[in-house]
Amino acid sequence: MQELKVQEDAASAPAVTKRGTAIVVTSGKGGVGKTTTVANLGTALAQRGAKVVLVDADVGLRNLDIVLGLESRVRHHLLDVLEEKVSVDDALVADKHSAQLCLLAAAQTREKEDVDTEKMRALIATLAQRFDYVLIDCPAGIEMGFKNAVAGADEAIVVCTPEVSAVRDVDRVVGLLGNRFRPRLIVNRVRPQLVAKGKMLSVEDVNSILRLPLLGVIADEPGVIIATNRGTPLALNGASKAGAAFRAIAARVAGEDVAAPEVAIPPQGLMAKLGSLFGGRR
Amino acid sequence: MIEFFNRLFGRQSSSATAKERLRLVLLSDHLALAPDLIGDLKRELVDVISRYVEVDRENIELNFEQREKVIAMLANVPILSMHPATRANGAKRSGRAPDGTKRPRRRRKRATPTSNPAPAT
Amino acid sequence: MSARKIVFTSGKGGVGKTTTTVNVGAALAKRGARVILVDADIGLRNLDLVLGLEKRIVFDLVEVVEGRCQLRQALIKDKRFDSLFMLPAAQTREKEAVTEEQMAEVVGQLAHMADYVLIDSPAGIEHGFRNAAAGASEAIIVTTPEVSAIRDADRVIGKLTVKGMPIRLIVNRIRPEMVRSGDMLSIDDVCEILSAELLGIVPDDEDVIDTTNRGEPLALDPSKRLASIYEKIARRLQGEIVPFTNLESKRFFDRLFAGLKAG
Repeated sequence: MQELKVQEDAASAPAVTKRGTAIVVTSGKGGVGKTTTVANLGTALAQRGAKVVLVDADVGLRNLDIVLGLESRVRHHLLDVLEEKVSVDDALVADKHSAQLCLLAAAQTREKEDVDTEKMRALIATLAQRFDYVLIDCPAGIEMGFKNAVAGADEAIVVCTPEVSAVRDVDRVVGLLGNRFRPRLIVNRVRPQLVAKGKMLSVEDVNSILRLPLLGVIADEPGVIIATNRGTPLALNGASKAGAAFRAIAARVAGEDVAAPEVAIPPQGLMAKLGSLFGGRR
Repeated sequence: MIEFFNRLFGRQSSSATAKERLRLVLLSDHLALAPDLIGDLKRELVDVISRYVEVDRENIELNFEQREKVIAMLANVPILSMHPATRANGAKRSGRAPDGTKRPRRRRKRATPTSNPAPAT
Repeated sequence: MSARKIVFTSGKGGVGKTTTTVNVGAALAKRGARVILVDADIGLRNLDLVLGLEKRIVFDLVEVVEGRCQLRQALIKDKRFDSLFMLPAAQTREKEAVTEEQMAEVVGQLAHMADYVLIDSPAGIEHGFRNAAAGASEAIIVTTPEVSAIRDADRVIGKLTVKGMPIRLIVNRIRPEMVRSGDMLSIDDVCEILSAELLGIVPDDEDVIDTTNRGEPLALDPSKRLASIYEKIARRLQGEIVPFTNLESKRFFDRLFAGLKAG
């Protein structure tokens, strides 16, 4: 009798739901392009057909909504959901441009310390059940805001610009992310002419210090500012090089093996001057 | 020059778009950050409305909604009844008494000029 | 005579607070003032890097507050000027290691040793920002002419206004050609939106990254275009009325002045 029961149980057991991936995008230093990356990577993934939700974890200084052009449509925010004042569905804002994309905005008038880490973790897990990708926009810094953004993430992407301060901060962040993550690197705002003149670190310089798998390289272009002015992510713009770079990054995130970095990297660098700065995190 | 052509062809420059979006988003941010102001606004609004109709003060909602080009204030004010005084006023103007019967029309006395007119202001 | 205690803040990260603090400080020192720069970004310090003094750090702000060293021991003298000093942040601690009262106390002590105490605030509006503002009696908001930066600057202005301190604005990284083509907000746009008094306009410049890499403040190199701009900002801070040069100058003036000036 018992044997039969076991067989019956196996037959009626539910199929395991495929879980989406929660990725936090962080950097330590502010202004390197985390929000722009989340908006564009999310857009590019959604354009490829994935169901994507973007979570703005920058409580008090939200900007993901404005980069996406959705600022007039936000009615509820992350804290409303965490404090169970509204359901997740009521808070999600559908993107203007991509059907498969939606946004969970941050609260503008609250503080990062108001977020309960465990509730955040649970929320991200819930979202991962419903979406293929949950992209979390991390605030600058390494305090509570950072810790909450990282809670619940499965993977991490670190964004760095080719500047000494940014590299130093990413190095610190990678140390704090610890063994749970194997972060992938995006190098943003590269100016090839300056690199050629020896006035800017090259991608190789940056990554010889950070030693992370390279996810993508994005060149600096005025289009980024214009895109934010209008609230239309560059990933939608076929003519933009940065847009193409984000689309390539999306393909890599989705597991495709897309050809090497988009920006031509001149050979020389500034390594000798920088070697002593970084004591290394290991 | 480029701005001129943009305007000529009806396309707003991205900086003009940015300025307009910022104006609205900052107004929205400021409103969200001024609960005291909104509390006062709500109270005074309700006071004014209450002069004409009786309202359910406990269940009044005041919200600000950002739309594409403007921020709108939405007030949800449950009305319980008209004031007796207001009902009477309303009836006077319509020529009917509060019970619905027609009022007799009265003749109005014309004002006569006095020997000491009021000084001009 | 007690120093002027000024916090440089922005809300948004990456707009150039540290670069601005260093260059304004250097410009003031160059004009003979005694200046102390304070790095309030505990955990992610960068003021030392921009000044090129990262190898000279012995003690930091947190150790001063915890009484493990004297304040004077923690101050690092600049390589180039005897009257320019910096107090570094701790790199391996968190912002909660210092309270607002402790910060105000340290800045108060520094004010007896200098003419200007310039405090470099971290990004955000949390503990680090509150600490940085705690010791200050004036604020300089640094912003770029971009939507997110302006939104964050507005928030910070709101928070500082309730403290009653005078607030002035430096608009950083303006690109006159993009303003002309309608692709970037103008200075007038920014000032109108934020309604703050303008202290300086700094155009975007390739030299900034290079000089940061080498730890040599721009303001000290007369061959660098931005040096004269930081000098004007320093003069305005000292009370002089220095006019702003019109950035939207016609091509004739461009050729005449060999490149756009700002101020």
